[in-house]
Amino acid sequence: MITMVVVLTVLSTISGGLLSGLKNATASKIEVQQLKFVKGPAIKTILEGVTNDPIADRFAIKDDHTERKFFVGKFDGKANTVVLESSGKGYGGDVGLMVAVNMQNNQIVGVGVTTHSETPGLGARAKDDPAFVSQFKGMPINETFKVTNDGGKVNAMSGATITSRAVCAAASDAGRIYGKLKPQLEEKLKTFNK
Amino acid sequence: MAKTLTQEFTKGLWEEIAPFRLVLGLCPVLGVTTTMENGIGMGLATTFVLVCSNILIASLRNIIPSKVRIACFIIIIATFVVVTELLMQAYAYPLFLKLGVFIPLIVVNCIVLGRAEAFASKNNIILSIADGLGIGIGFTLSLATLGAIREILGTGKFFGAAVFGPSYEPFTFMVQAPGAFVCLGLMLCLMNLVGSK
Repeated sequence: MITMVVVLTVLSTISGGLLSGLKNATASKIEVQQLKFVKGPAIKTILEGVTNDPIADRFAIKDDHTERKFFVGKFDGKANTVVLESSGKGYGGDVGLMVAVNMQNNQIVGVGVTTHSETPGLGARAKDDPAFVSQFKGMPINETFKVTNDGGKVNAMSGATITSRAVCAAASDAGRIYGKLKPQLEEKLKTFNK
Repeated sequence: MAKTLTQEFTKGLWEEIAPFRLVLGLCPVLGVTTTMENGIGMGLATTFVLVCSNILIASLRNIIPSKVRIACFIIIIATFVVVTELLMQAYAYPLFLKLGVFIPLIVVNCIVLGRAEAFASKNNIILSIADGLGIGIGFTLSLATLGAIREILGTGKFFGAAVFGPSYEPFTFMVQAPGAFVCLGLMLCLMNLVGSK
């Protein structure tokens, strides 16, 4: 009886320790890979016609205790667009969203879903089908986004209301971050316009 | 009578080749073999988990109490699966994107648990390594073969290069789920035919 408890406890402890160590060790490597294969293409899609490489022109700002990453988009040689990351709770976990904002008129240039574990064919359409995310184009960022069912302006994807809500929540969160960090973002953008 | 090391290794390649002879582990066999590359990737990931868990289970076989052995096996297997998943994310991200949910599913692949229960928990480490490698490589070969057949017939391409020329109309049935079943059935038939002679 005792041996069973001891063996199981020891095994689980070793396993847990090993995995959290490995997770820490690979975290930075995985982030680079995600930038290259998931976030990079998403940014390129939402920043159509960009003249620089937003992945290379990225910076980080400390917001309270979390470090947030931002990507810079240049149009016609002027760095006037920032891309920020946020996430919302979806049906199968966090839905990651990239939101590009024009800093001159505070309008959304485009949004794109990056990492998610939504149902294929339903929620996953948020990433694959441009019709849904294109609704955000041109909307002012300081709004709270809601789907039409909840009294907002965004038409939810049929059969995927929870995912649609997650994207709206993520976009609203991006607006909150943007509003809070705007002075610092403007400061940073100047360095890219030199 | 104890079998030799070579016998333990080679049995996994033909006599007990898991998907065809034992018809085990069919979920990844049918799910990921749309291309040969996916098949090999999945096969190697499973082999890694199989060999590592066999080593650990064989070395702990006298410590693990038999009443909780399955729970212990699952902890060990799940640990190696997460290790595989993290390493694949760090070093082979495009492959991870393609295999997606099938990597965590290695935990419940009955080949892995089957070898732990039927072999590694009763044999020493060296024999268990040979057994794990043999079964794993056999599994990889099966996935690769199935993947190659489905890729060539279903898309007319092999590793991205066209095989049949522009006039070939891709037999798309083969890359869909029913095609996987038909293809697996035909291969089973062929292997039984060869084996019966």
